[in-house]
Amino acid sequence: MTQVNYLLKGLTLPNGSKSDIEIRDGKISALDASLQKAVDVTEINLTGSVVLPGLVDLHTHLREPGKEDAETVLSGSMAAAKGGYVAVSAMANTSPVADTAGVVEQVYALGQSAGFVDVFPIGAVTRGLLGENLSEIGAMADSRARVRIFSDDGNCVFDPLVMRRALEYVKKFDGVIAQHAQEPRLTIGAQMNEGEISSRLGLKGWPAVAEEAIIARDILIADHVKSRLHICHLTTAGGVEIVRWAKARGMDVTAEVTPHHLLLTDESALSYDPIYKVNPPLRAQRDVESLREGLADGTIDIVATDHAPHPAEAKECEWQEAAFGMLGLESALAIINQTMVATGLMSWEAVADRMSYAPARIGRYLEHGQQIAVGSVANLSIINPSQSVRVDRDRLASRSRNTPFHGMDLQGVVNATFFRGAPTYLDGKLTPQGVR
Amino acid sequence: MKHLLSINDLSKVEAISILDTAQEMARVSDGPMKKLPTLRGRTIVNLFAEDSTRTRISFEAAAKRLSADVINFSAKGSSISKGESLKDTAQTLQAMGADAVIIRHGASGAAQRLADSRWMSGAVINAGDGTHEHPSQALIDAFTIRKHLSKGASDLIGLRVAIVGDVLHSRVARSNVLLLAKLGAQVILVAPPTLLPVGVESWPCSISYNLDEVIGSVDAVMMLRIQMERMSELFFPSAREYSRYFGLNSDRIKALKPDAIVMHPGPMNRGLEITADAADGARSVIVEQVANGVSIRMAVLYLLLAGSQEIGTSL
Repeated sequence: MTQVNYLLKGLTLPNGSKSDIEIRDGKISALDASLQKAVDVTEINLTGSVVLPGLVDLHTHLREPGKEDAETVLSGSMAAAKGGYVAVSAMANTSPVADTAGVVEQVYALGQSAGFVDVFPIGAVTRGLLGENLSEIGAMADSRARVRIFSDDGNCVFDPLVMRRALEYVKKFDGVIAQHAQEPRLTIGAQMNEGEISSRLGLKGWPAVAEEAIIARDILIADHVKSRLHICHLTTAGGVEIVRWAKARGMDVTAEVTPHHLLLTDESALSYDPIYKVNPPLRAQRDVESLREGLADGTIDIVATDHAPHPAEAKECEWQEAAFGMLGLESALAIINQTMVATGLMSWEAVADRMSYAPARIGRYLEHGQQIAVGSVANLSIINPSQSVRVDRDRLASRSRNTPFHGMDLQGVVNATFFRGAPTYLDGKLTPQGVR
Repeated sequence: MKHLLSINDLSKVEAISILDTAQEMARVSDGPMKKLPTLRGRTIVNLFAEDSTRTRISFEAAAKRLSADVINFSAKGSSISKGESLKDTAQTLQAMGADAVIIRHGASGAAQRLADSRWMSGAVINAGDGTHEHPSQALIDAFTIRKHLSKGASDLIGLRVAIVGDVLHSRVARSNVLLLAKLGAQVILVAPPTLLPVGVESWPCSISYNLDEVIGSVDAVMMLRIQMERMSELFFPSAREYSRYFGLNSDRIKALKPDAIVMHPGPMNRGLEITADAADGARSVIVEQVANGVSIRMAVLYLLLAGSQEIGTSL
């Protein structure tokens, strides 16, 4: 493919200054307030929009292989590009489970041929996600997929000895264990946050302590063996406190929060509509406030979508029969704009950190999370923060429709995504670019 | 109001109107001509995804006394047991022209899902959903309490009612707390802490862990069924210990106020939450609760389906 060069006009950089951006040969070639259009570039007017380093998601369920009725690597990649992402991390709970080099290489290759984002597979910590024997961690790390993040997400690595060994083992190649913190005995049959609302609805409660007990335990184990721990989808005020405590002591722990846990509460369960059923569950308003505070002050390092597509029948049923999970890629940036930036809690520079620099650093995704500077790979995410749009589940790039935001007006519209110098998403159109 | 899903759907006035209508229905049932023509030509479906012979028969009798056509659709041997979804079942019932669906279901919120979805358009009556609510049972209990203790008042102001036992898993308890409080009664939940839900402090009632401290001050004591499997789930150490602290026995019957009544929504676990002499003694209104069940359910069907769709406006 011949490389097209671009001049992006009228942008605001994360630091607030105005700038145009010229892109040549996949890299940022010039950066200045009023760049002249060269003859060989295509000019795009983006006045009023904010440009961010291309977004990186560390928690994405692409469902392929095994559940292609819900999502494929291709459809999930398109949803990602539409949401401003240039890299996603495919969770291991596929069928077959991504616990061998063969599966992660397959997912990686599917991502490369889709050409919308880099798809970095996450490897399972334990074989079959069963929590008993370590999966082929070393082989996955050495494979073409170069796996660095390992997670049994969906399941908690509950056995403390297995967790200890996994944390120790990944030190060999600077890997990280991403823990789905859920004490299984405290959450047997659990359906929603345990509290006033669950007591009234008669839905089995999912106590905050079930999450916090594992977070505390694993922070201590990781510190003991001096390895890297990443906490998936933090949801409780208590969890934020524990991570804050660990960081204050210099422990090497990172944590993520999802957009939906920053916006929605357990009151949405009052409808019994399982579109709001998610693991970990939506919590109370005071938890939402603590999560926002934690993300703003850096206690929580990153935003991760936990994009979890499901076919219609998995949600068109009774609450307790329904699957856990909701879509996230296409609405994430707007929700962060709405909950964190528009509220004055966070600057765009901080958004760039939580959604690009930090996740790329945690995943060791070398080409990603670069500063917007001359010479950097032109991975860019461009949002108009003042425009708002009504979410329509029938007009998503994802193959599934299970967004809890259907019908809501979200503030902030992604109007372009550049992946290695070319637009994967522009003017409402998705175009594969990076096919390798 | 189009459906009866939760006690929260009813205002105090509407709840009292159901009790008053049930009183009229009881009079009809006691008369020589037990059947009313009111719902002739209407189709009512008993959709029982969870077994409950008592409740199903009670609703069926109520519907038949109002001359409705009744279709019974039970879990066993039906498409539900073959894995049919609630959505498909509902659409089938809609296609068959059901005017109302009485649903008993093991999942909390199933009745509301049926009513809120566009799967069917008829009225939905919740006959017990998981551990959420059982509004018609609460109406029966309020009716029974009112009949014995209200001294002619239409509500329950000034009365104290203890609800004893497995509140955590009880839909009867949830509906009763809401309804009895709405009607002005003071409700005291008595249970071991393991059988009270986290968040119960937000309910309109008070809490006690000690039945003996409560028993002498209440006008009605309502015993909840204890399922044997709760023991293996660590909710209490043994059946014997449960009975000793929370069972209704002859000593506790003696401690009751002179005109206090003993209630149980059934089915009873004799020897566990209630002894035989307590269940069958002079204070017991347990059999009467069953009889009142038909009158209450006639009233609910009548108010939901006859003439106006609105309970509030039909009175």
